[in-house]
Parts: sequence; structure tokens; C-alpha cells
Amino acid sequence: MRPRCVITGIGAVSAVGVGIDEVWESLCAGKSGIASVTSFDTSEFQCSFGGEAISGDKLVSAKDYVPKSYRKATKVMARDTELAVVAASLAAKDAGLVTREAGDDAETTIPSGRVGCHIGAGFIAAETDELTSALVTAKDDQGEFSLNMWGESGIGNLQPLWLLKYLPNMLACHVTIIHGCEGPSNTITCTEASGLLSLGESLRVIERGDATACFSGGIESKINPMGIARMSMVGRFAEIPADEQEPWRHVRPYEADSPGGVPGEGGGIVILEEKDSATSRGARAYAELLGIGSAQSQAGAIGVCHQVDNCGGPAEGADEGLADAINAALRDAGIDASQIDAIVPAASGAAPMDCAELGGLELVFGEALNTIPLVTLTPFVGQLFSGAGAFALAVGAKAIAEQTLPARLHGGSPDARANAGASESVQTKLDRVLVCTGSLSGQAAAVVLGRLD
Amino acid sequence: MSSGRVVITGAGWVTPLGHELDAVWQRLVAGECAIGPVEHFDASTFATTFASQVKGFKLSDHLGDRAECHECASLATKYALAAAVSAWHNAGFGPTMAAAGGSRSSEHVDPKRFGIYLGSGEGRMDLDNFVRTNYAGWDDDARRIDYKKWAKAAPKNLVAARELEQEPSMCIAHVSAELGCRGPVSNCMTACAASTQAVGEAYELIRRGDADVMLAGGSHSMIHPLGMTGFIRLTAMSTRNEDPSTASRPFDSTRNGFVMGEGAGMVMLESLEHAQKRGAPIIAEVAGFGSSADAYRITDIHPQGLGAAAAMARALKQAGIDPNAMDDSGRPLVHWINAHGTGTKENDKTETAGVKAVFGESAYKVPFSSVKSMLGHLIQAAGAVELITCLQAIKTGVIPPTTNLNSPDPQCDLDHVPNEPRDCNPMGGVDVCLSNSFGFGGQNNTICVRKFAG
Repeated sequence: MRPRCVITGIGAVSAVGVGIDEVWESLCAGKSGIASVTSFDTSEFQCSFGGEAISGDKLVSAKDYVPKSYRKATKVMARDTELAVVAASLAAKDAGLVTREAGDDAETTIPSGRVGCHIGAGFIAAETDELTSALVTAKDDQGEFSLNMWGESGIGNLQPLWLLKYLPNMLACHVTIIHGCEGPSNTITCTEASGLLSLGESLRVIERGDATACFSGGIESKINPMGIARMSMVGRFAEIPADEQEPWRHVRPYEADSPGGVPGEGGGIVILEEKDSATSRGARAYAELLGIGSAQSQAGAIGVCHQVDNCGGPAEGADEGLADAINAALRDAGIDASQIDAIVPAASGAAPMDCAELGGLELVFGEALNTIPLVTLTPFVGQLFSGAGAFALAVGAKAIAEQTLPARLHGGSPDARANAGASESVQTKLDRVLVCTGSLSGQAAAVVLGRLD
Repeated sequence: MSSGRVVITGAGWVTPLGHELDAVWQRLVAGECAIGPVEHFDASTFATTFASQVKGFKLSDHLGDRAECHECASLATKYALAAAVSAWHNAGFGPTMAAAGGSRSSEHVDPKRFGIYLGSGEGRMDLDNFVRTNYAGWDDDARRIDYKKWAKAAPKNLVAARELEQEPSMCIAHVSAELGCRGPVSNCMTACAASTQAVGEAYELIRRGDADVMLAGGSHSMIHPLGMTGFIRLTAMSTRNEDPSTASRPFDSTRNGFVMGEGAGMVMLESLEHAQKRGAPIIAEVAGFGSSADAYRITDIHPQGLGAAAAMARALKQAGIDPNAMDDSGRPLVHWINAHGTGTKENDKTETAGVKAVFGESAYKVPFSSVKSMLGHLIQAAGAVELITCLQAIKTGVIPPTTNLNSPDPQCDLDHVPNEPRDCNPMGGVDVCLSNSFGFGGQNNTICVRKFAG
């Protein structure tokens, strides 16, 4: 019999708040965090709006969360890493865990060797200003980039630890150092599916006895020039007039002609803990992790090079991989589809992806699909990519604990098959919630969360 | 009821020493070296001008006409495709599902019970167009980018497919389109430990019952201007430009850094029951997997190699092997440790300390060598390629040497198999190997493989 695992802490970072309580309040109040991007001038970008993680009136910064002795290290953190460090710190506190963060001599709740760390990450874009200020020193007489000049002297204009700033595993690396996690640690990079795949790996690690608890989730920031440019090129983002006062109205999950989504940043890190450990230390638990599943969607027979035309997602109608992943998670949980009370899907707002997702959900739930509420989050926070699944997970767990569905924003009207139109927050019975997502390159993941007795 | 045992039934690789399983092995045993001047780009003014490169590679040699379907893929993804298809054939699965006309079933494996777990790296940056975009946006007076100008330049210069193919998850999309795997999926990036971790977690997925068959491994190429740049700034690479072929010197007192390599390694993992049912050739059994984090510093390895020791100890425990025990002939139960052995000052010293922490006095009796001396460091692909050398050692009874090892560092005083291979057949062959991989950022992963004994 495998050990049961529960979520004992949530750290969520997003445009609608820092910390799960703030996030939850905004979601229930129907307050979107999408606004004009402040961190650089986006006025000429296809999409000038985004969901930046802001606390008060300034961007969330790791400096305000790390121990004093660790502040210097924040200089070699990419934005993604900063947000992960913040989320991890919030998660540990929320779970009532004392970690190495409290000092090297602190008595930790769980021994270091028994704590794992699985944080999904994205393909972190190098800061363009930082890199270009070095690249321009290698311009030849014709104004062209010279590899020889770069090799000779240009390279020296980058900071020595430049590479370490952008390795995707630096999110987990900093978190393991700060909190002293010496158990298994991994960095899964499967875009939107990263967070849920990480949660699945944490579960397996705990089940096989290699850890008692894990920091688990995913974080990414696409609020940077390369991030926005790249994803605009595959049709992810909407063109929104710069003077739009309510930009969230343009993000319309499951609407046939939805103009697209907007970039966002953040995600979630939870503490997944063996139930016995949580019970014995008297910890509160949000929800139980009942089942996990993942699958790969197949691209069309023409090959994957054509994914560009389709937001990178599956090339054919329904996302079969998503259906496979959900069915695997339901089997793992030992339940059937009719026992799901709500679904937190990707709902990106980019029409081809939403269409594939809806098709995948329909394969599992059939005609009953439109009776199951879909919790759509992109009109609140934008597309979080590697943070998306984990943010959805954080919201799903909180919804179970509160027995409440958050409000839904929608600027139009979704496909009739999707129970996703605008609505107020509502109290309801939530025994089991499905969190699921497909992804940019076809990986799909699903988890089933259950209410605790 | 499943026994929970997992075996390896196929392997394939694309390495700087060749692309065929046995041919590469013969070169490794012969102590050949693949390292030479960088040919992928003009690196003549770089602090390091050499690397270990894949040569004579054409995807169509491995995929035939199907290569066209992957034309836009990054170089490393093409290596991954070739290695994956080799592993598939090596395991006796017959035509790939794509080659069979996009068929979604195979007589040998249920696609939904066939998963994929890779530790593949990011695709190479489209440097020319990236630089063009950034130059166009640069405001020389303000010393920063004018993003109004940049935003107009980006769509004119950047190519959508090339940008998308840099995503580290694209390799899986290509490989699974070829092999038709629809089961559990993941790609991890834990730097130099990635593909060992991928194989380890794939093994755990089968043990849990989530899949019958997994393709696992990794691919990577950082032999491009910004890839080399990053490691040059970290001063992690050897700068022995005058003598590339002896530059990779694991455990030698004159070592001065690793040598950048590229390639891919893939294995087919299978539950024992599944392999036996289809009468598959069993190459070896996965006996254990251990994973840990240093949680120490972003730049340094724990000086006592504690994280490395934890990973090795965990793998051995799972395999049920006592590191201090000897067989009747006085031989330790582990017959070869495939060292991470990068040739950096720090790694080789701390890895040695880690082995001693686990094996105690027996450490001196366990052969401990690094094929990076010949292949260079394949970064995320290193672990899987090196695991395959363990499979070959088990198959042939021979341990490959650490070359360029003429004056061992006194702090690296284990049994290094210097310069000449060791034929273990007179003492009963090679039954059990450990393969170590440690990554920047503090991830440590060790796999234990054992000769299949029924």
C-alpha cells in the first residue's frame, strides 16, 4: 500500500497576488491583474499588456524574502528564479515548516535529507540589455557582429556567472540551498505541463521512501522581450489596443474566435507531504493528491515542424494526449470521470490550443462536460507557461479547502461545450478536483485532488 | 503481479567517436580521442578553441526519408532521433511506428504503456538573427535597448520555427512522433546530471507500474558561440589549445578543466515481464537509482562530496549491495564505477572523496575511470552515453581506461585504470557498475546496473 500524500503549504506568486490568501481574495472578487507592462517599454509589441507579479506598487523581489545572508546571491538570479525563491519561502511558511532558512543552527521540522525539491522551469531568456551591452563590443567596422572580436574581448564583458543565471535548474538550486533540501531534486522543462509533472515526480519520490516532503511546482516569467516575441510568433498572444482599460476582456477562453492570451509571470510551489508526517505534526492540509497521469500528444503525420502554425500544440483537432493523461490520473486515483466536481484546465485564450483542449476534455467527459465548472485563470494572470500548471494546482487545492469556486472573468461567450462563462464566486461541494494541461510541445499532465475528511 | 524488476533491452548513441554501438566501444577501449579544433564555428579567438564534436552525421542515414519531417529540429534533437531509433531497433521492436506509416500501434508495445523521459538540453540559439535584432534595437547613447525599435526588428529577423526549436521540450515532440510513445512523459534539465536522472526516473515510472516500456536518455550540444562563452566565463573548460587531444585529463595533477562535447544517448527500459513476454534481448538489469541535492552553493560542490556520496549510497541500497562486502575472491561487489570525472580540479577531488565516504577502505579496490578523457563532456547527454559504456563493459567484461593520466593527483588516489583498458574476464567479467553524474546546481545522480542473471 503506497503512502498517502497531502498538500500542507501553498506559495503562489502572480499578477493577482503574492501568497495564496491574496491570490484567492482577488480570484473570488473577480479582480484581474492584467495591466500595461511596467518592467520595459512594450508599447510597440504585438501585446503590450501582461500579468506582472506585483506587490504593492513594485515588482515582487526575492530580496524581500531571502535571509539577509543570501541577499547577495539575488544578483545572479534570473526573474524566474527570484519568483521561485519567493514562492518557496511562502510555501514553507504556509506549511509551518522550519527549514534552514531560519538559520544554519535552526532545528528543522523535517531532516534535510528527507526533503526533496521539484520545480518546473521554462527556457529562461537571457536578459537582452545585459547580453547586448556585451555583444555590441564585438561590432566590426561594417557594424556587423564579429565572432573573432567576441572571442577575443567581447566575452569578457559578461559577468563571470552569466551562464549560471540562466540554467533552468537554478530555480531548484537556490531553493535547495536556502531551505536545505538534500533529498532528490529535479527540474522538469515541459512548458505548461512542468508544474504538474513535477508534482507527480514528488509523489513518486515520497511513495518510494526517498523523501518525507517536497517543494513542488513550477514558475516562469514570460514578461521579457524574447519571451513575448517568441510566443507572439506562434500565435499565443492577442493584439490589444494600447488604450484598453480592461485588457482582460480580450482573453476569452474557449471562444471560437478568441484573439489570444497575454503573457504572464509566476506560478506556484506547494509542499507535498506524506500524510502521516502531516498528521503527526498537526499540520493543516488543503487537499490530498489522489492521482497523477501524463502522456505525450502526437503531432500530425506531417511531422512536428508545422507546430508553429498551431501555437506549438497538437496538430489535430482534439488533444488526445490530454485525454490520455486525464484517464491515467483518474485510474491512478481509482475513480471515474463522473466523480470530478470541477476542472482547472489551461484555458490559454489562444483559440487553437483551447479548441484542442476542449476536444481532449470531451473525449473523457463526453456530453457531461458542460455540467462541470471549468476554473479559468488566464483572464486574471495571463499565460504562465511553466508556472501555469502549478498555479492551477495551487488554486485547485485552495478551492477544495474552501469548498468554493472562485469567480470567472470572460469578455465574450465561450463554446457551449465549456462551462466557462463569466460568473461570481460560489460555495459548492468539491470532493474531487481535476487539474490538467496540455502544452506547447505536446506534453500533457493531470492530477486529481481530493477533499480530506 | 509485477516483480518490479526493470531491464534494459536496447541502446543507441551518437557520439564524437561515432554513431554505432560496438564501433564506438572499440574506440573507447583502444583509448582513442575525438577531441580537436572547433569546426561548428570560428572559435579561433576564444579562450578555448577545441571541442569534442560529432562528425559525419546525417539524419537521413538513420531515418531515411523520414528525416525530412524533422528538418527544422535543432542539431541535438537530430542526434536524439538517431540514437532513439537505434535503441528501438537494438531492442528488437521492428519498424518504428512512424516508418510503419504513422501506425498508432505496434505488435510489441501498447503506445499508451510506452513512455519517454529525456534529459535533453535547449536547442542552439539562432545567434545571427538574435544579434541582428538586438543591434537594431540598441541605443548607443543610452547604453541600453530601445524596445520600441527592438519590437519592430524582432519579427523581421527572428524565425518562428528556430525559436520554437530552442525549447527544451521540443526534442520529446520529435522523438515521440517517430516512435509513437503516448505514455508518461517528462524532460528534465539538471545540467550535467540530466540524462542519468532521466533514466533513473524512467526506471521508477516502470517500477510504479505507470508504463511497461520507457525510452530514456538525453541529447545536447553547447558547441556554439554562446554555449562556449558561458563556460569560458566560468573558467570551467580546459584551455590547452596547443594540444587538444590530451586536454581532457580526469584525475591527473595537470588537469585544467573539462572539454566540451556533444551527442545523444538513449536506452529502452522495460519491465522484466514485458521483455520476457516478447522474447526481447536483455542487455542488463537496472538495479538501483539514487538522487540527491548538495544544497550547498551555486558555484561549488560540497567539499566532502556529501551529495555525491548520498546518491551512490541510495543507488547501492536499492540494489541491495553492501559497498564494503567482498566476494569469495576478495573482489568488491561493484566491478566498475563510471566516474563523472570531468577533469575540473574540483569535481575529480570531491567525487573521489564521495566514493571513499561510501566505500571506505574498499574504495581503493573498485576500478574508477572516466571516459570523458576520450569523449569529452557531453553535458546533458553525458549520463546516458556513459550508462551505455557500462552496458558494454558488462557485455564484454572490459573496463575502458582514463586516458591522459600520467601523473595522478595525490588527492585522486583511487584505481583509475590509467591509459590501458582492463580485461576483467580472467576474474569473472564485469557484473555490477555504478554510473555517476553530477550537475552544476548541485544535483547528484547515480545508477546501478547489473548483469542480467535470470
